[in-house]
Amino acid sequence: MIAALIGLPLLGAVVLLLGGRRTNAWGHLLAVVMSASSFFIAAMLFMQMVGKPEEEREIGQFLFDWIAVGAFQIPFGFYLDQLAIVFVLLITGVGTLIHIYSIGYMAHDPNRRQFFGYLNLFIASMLLLVLADNYFLLYLGWESVGLASYLLISFYQQKPSAAAAGKKAFIVNRVGDVGLALAILLMFVTFGTLSFEGVAAGAGLAAPTTVTWIGLALLLAACGKSAQFPLQSWLLDAMEGPTPVSALIHAATMVTAGVYLIVRAHAIFDLSETARTAVVIVGAITLLLGAFIGTAKDDIKKGLAGSTMSQIGYMILAAGLGPVGYVFAIFHLLTHGMFKAGLFLGAGSVMHGMHDDVNMRHYGALRTMMKVTYATFALGFLAIIGVPPFAGFWSKDEIIHAAFGQNLFIGLATLLGAGVTAFYMTRMMAMTFFGEARWEQDVKPHESPAVMTIPMIVLALGSAFGGMAMLFIGDIEHWLEPVTGFAYPQNSVSKAVLIPITLAVILGGAGYAWLCYGRRPIPVDAPTNVSLLTKAARADAYGDAINESLFMRPGQYLTRSLTWFDAKAIDGFVGGIAAAVGGLSARSRRLQNGYVRSYALTMFGGATLIALILLLVRL
Amino acid sequence: MNVNISYQALAPIIILLTSGVLSVLIEALVPRTFRRPIQLVLVLSSIVLAFAYLVFNSTIALTSDPAFSGGQIKGLREIAAAGAIAIDGPGMVIQGIILLISFSAALLLAERQIDPQGDAFTARASTLPGSEDERQFTANGWLQTEIWPLFLFCVGGMLLFPVSNDFLIMFVALEVFSLPLYLLASMARRRRLLSQEAALKYFILGSFSSAFFLFGAALIYAATSSVNFSVVSVAMENSSQDGLIISGIAMIAVGLLFKVGAVPFHQWVPDVYQGSPTPLVAFMSAATKVAAFGALLRVFYVAFGSMRWDWRPMMWVIAGLTMIIGSLLAVTQTDMKRMLAFSSVAHTGFLLLGVVASSAAGLSSSLFYLLAYAFTSLGTFAIVGLVRDASGEATHLSQWAGLGKKSPWIASIFALFLLALAGIPLTSGFTGKFAIFTAAVEGGATPLVIIAVLASAVAAFFYARVIVLMFFTEPPTDGPAVVIPSGLTTVAIGISAAFTLLLGIAPQPVLELVINVGLFIR
Repeated sequence: MIAALIGLPLLGAVVLLLGGRRTNAWGHLLAVVMSASSFFIAAMLFMQMVGKPEEEREIGQFLFDWIAVGAFQIPFGFYLDQLAIVFVLLITGVGTLIHIYSIGYMAHDPNRRQFFGYLNLFIASMLLLVLADNYFLLYLGWESVGLASYLLISFYQQKPSAAAAGKKAFIVNRVGDVGLALAILLMFVTFGTLSFEGVAAGAGLAAPTTVTWIGLALLLAACGKSAQFPLQSWLLDAMEGPTPVSALIHAATMVTAGVYLIVRAHAIFDLSETARTAVVIVGAITLLLGAFIGTAKDDIKKGLAGSTMSQIGYMILAAGLGPVGYVFAIFHLLTHGMFKAGLFLGAGSVMHGMHDDVNMRHYGALRTMMKVTYATFALGFLAIIGVPPFAGFWSKDEIIHAAFGQNLFIGLATLLGAGVTAFYMTRMMAMTFFGEARWEQDVKPHESPAVMTIPMIVLALGSAFGGMAMLFIGDIEHWLEPVTGFAYPQNSVSKAVLIPITLAVILGGAGYAWLCYGRRPIPVDAPTNVSLLTKAARADAYGDAINESLFMRPGQYLTRSLTWFDAKAIDGFVGGIAAAVGGLSARSRRLQNGYVRSYALTMFGGATLIALILLLVRL
Repeated sequence: MNVNISYQALAPIIILLTSGVLSVLIEALVPRTFRRPIQLVLVLSSIVLAFAYLVFNSTIALTSDPAFSGGQIKGLREIAAAGAIAIDGPGMVIQGIILLISFSAALLLAERQIDPQGDAFTARASTLPGSEDERQFTANGWLQTEIWPLFLFCVGGMLLFPVSNDFLIMFVALEVFSLPLYLLASMARRRRLLSQEAALKYFILGSFSSAFFLFGAALIYAATSSVNFSVVSVAMENSSQDGLIISGIAMIAVGLLFKVGAVPFHQWVPDVYQGSPTPLVAFMSAATKVAAFGALLRVFYVAFGSMRWDWRPMMWVIAGLTMIIGSLLAVTQTDMKRMLAFSSVAHTGFLLLGVVASSAAGLSSSLFYLLAYAFTSLGTFAIVGLVRDASGEATHLSQWAGLGKKSPWIASIFALFLLALAGIPLTSGFTGKFAIFTAAVEGGATPLVIIAVLASAVAAFFYARVIVLMFFTEPPTDGPAVVIPSGLTTVAIGISAAFTLLLGIAPQPVLELVINVGLFIR
């Protein structure tokens, strides 16, 4: 069953990518069917799991020995527990909706079949990542989603910016992948096994420093995949990909893999205070940085990308809090998966109606032209800023509450983040759907077809009720407890005090944004006489500039010096040897003069030589 | 006197030699137009039959060999023909390789589509090069079908050579396979003078080396009163005739090292390879080397096995010289066939490591290396024969520029062979080198292996240079083109490429086979 879960989308990808143009006509439908059947299987497995008593819920499936070299034994096996199943449901559920949406969104693209092939490949890879029963297989999934992400970011490869964005994502992710590779190597050296169970069992016996190093290496991996500080720069550029991709991969699923990794490896983090602190700090910085970037973006997708960074920052922060946070990290991940996917699909729908223009300064007053998009986007908006009773409220408030339990400053950071979130999201709403129309000429906004709006509606319903459903019906805290452990935060600030404060901050942020962007007319061209902070936010908080000056320039300098060294010293040495070989060769060639008599003489000399050596040995 | 002949063990050899006789009769009795197809059927079917018999023999009996620690070994294992011929596992593997190579080589020899005038052999060997007669015969489309009996005798001799257990039989086998080769080498269709010169050189130097061999055998007989390997081995240990024995070993060694093309007995190799018809070179470079190495291994492991400590230093020097000179000289060659000839010399050096090791691992890794190298070499020369311009084969390196753009398939397969010759992983060359180097290190020849690795590095240069030339250089406007061959050559190249790739990717079954065949019977 578990193998079928992955196998179906993989089969779809293989058929679509190898089948070529023959599959053009029905390829997208096959992809949707594959993804949907995968979701169907996931739902069945979930039902089965719910029906079982708590301690029998994990199931494993061993397929074959993948690598077996002496002590290095890696099985190809799957492991489905309460943590994996929620991911599987999210991936296949949201994935299927986005598959359906893409039928409409990509309708006019000549490479639509290829696009669906990549989407299927992504689903299979992501499922492999969350279903692997050991870190090595997880690494395979990890790299495969990286590949799918690369292929999809640079899907419009005729655009240089898209090609560059794909490369950037790939290269930045490489840095994180080195972290995962190091962590895996360290685990193998320390524990002699890479299975989740074996590592969890061995963690307590290993040297604390080693465990900390493993934790930090895992954090580096998470930073790369989840666009956390300091490896965040690729995510904003990744918006060059088609919007459904941004919704699925760069908002709902793949970028949250870092959170999954940390929660999955909680045995490591439980034991290392240092690693946990590092995780919390990275999360706190990113949640503020992302929100800050989001405030100044005029590109609707980049604004949402900044928001994604920020929201994942919340999850990472929560994961760093330990048992009080793991559950809420996953909870927020799930609600975020729904509302952020919905917001992105809404943005895609707007773009669809606006000739693929992404600049919000060219939008305005769209609420009457696109009623469904407006309504669904608004539900997503309410969910993300954390208005009760919508989904984001339940999960984000828990994180803020737990953060205050950890440390006052961390708590304040999450609170401030919530306020900024309300600010940029209100700004986005105001610029897109309210105010006066600032449309470009010959743009006639229109509502998208039903194939696109229905997935948006489904996700909007999730944004509205998903949080309550998971908390009250699903009892997510105790659902995940057997896997991650759970503890109520020991807190000086009670929820009763915190919730009104949080709501006040959110209201303040939203109100201020409304004053700035809802009440005043918005200039079509972005004003240039802006504060330094705005400039910084527009420039992605100088992430690229920092990378360039810290890594690229010294790297280039190092490359140049190495090239110089290579050309002068090494090539000189090698060239010298080559010249010597060539010279020797040319000289010894003269022995090969073509005369039989001299050949025979050489043979005679050889015979003498052999006899002489044999005699010498005897002496 | 009741002599144990054991026809069953000798069947493959008998089949080939009988077919050779039949083939002569066909030449004498069958009308000219039917000769080629009949000969071809006879040649291919006799090789297939011999191979089938060999496989049958290798599965038939279970005998236990105290010399082999693994206990029971499958396959025929007996000294046949009154002690003159030894049929055993390694011998049968060598025979099997020779038969496989001969089958593919026969396909190459039969090819008629590459050259618009006919096959690779002259229309009439008796005509003077450049004469009016020659032109006439060529225009009438005559073929020299006498190549087939020669080929069959040659293969028969090669099958006998590595299983001879007696210096005299070995000498006879040597001549049975050498004489046809001298003749065949002289019969190229194009550049006949070069071909005849090459054949004459080959013949004179070959006779010279045969004389060494025969004289060595006489000296050994003088010292031990026997030419039988098993008897010689025992007698040598107890003999006091040091002078005779050492001279005998030295002279036998010269005769055998000449055939494998070891330095300083290698100088015929480039000249003969360059002048001979290319399909024949493909056959010679593969099959002769396999047969000669089979004999060399048997003589030094069995007959001179008890004198190991005397001859090993000599082999060290020869192996080292062969690797160094072979790789070094290949670097400055400008002719493809000459370059490959020197590369073949270098590979002889690598193979000699297996003799130096003189252990079970040395033997099994040599067998693997022989199989791997034989097919790669066959395929390489088969492709060399395909690249032609108006005057025949285009063997100058500069003419190969840009071939990858014009004929990507052939160039890619050629690149595969070159990578295998260079010993790059995932090709048979890597597995072979790795196995034989390991065996040599275990045998205490680490310094020699270091030389081997360095020589491989030098060798990688000239292989890579051809790849660069083919794929990263613009083709000349009037350059040669790849001729589309008939199915015969395609099959031969396909078999070679398959072996080269398979033995690189999944070498395990063959490695197990060559280990499980055990040692030479004494």
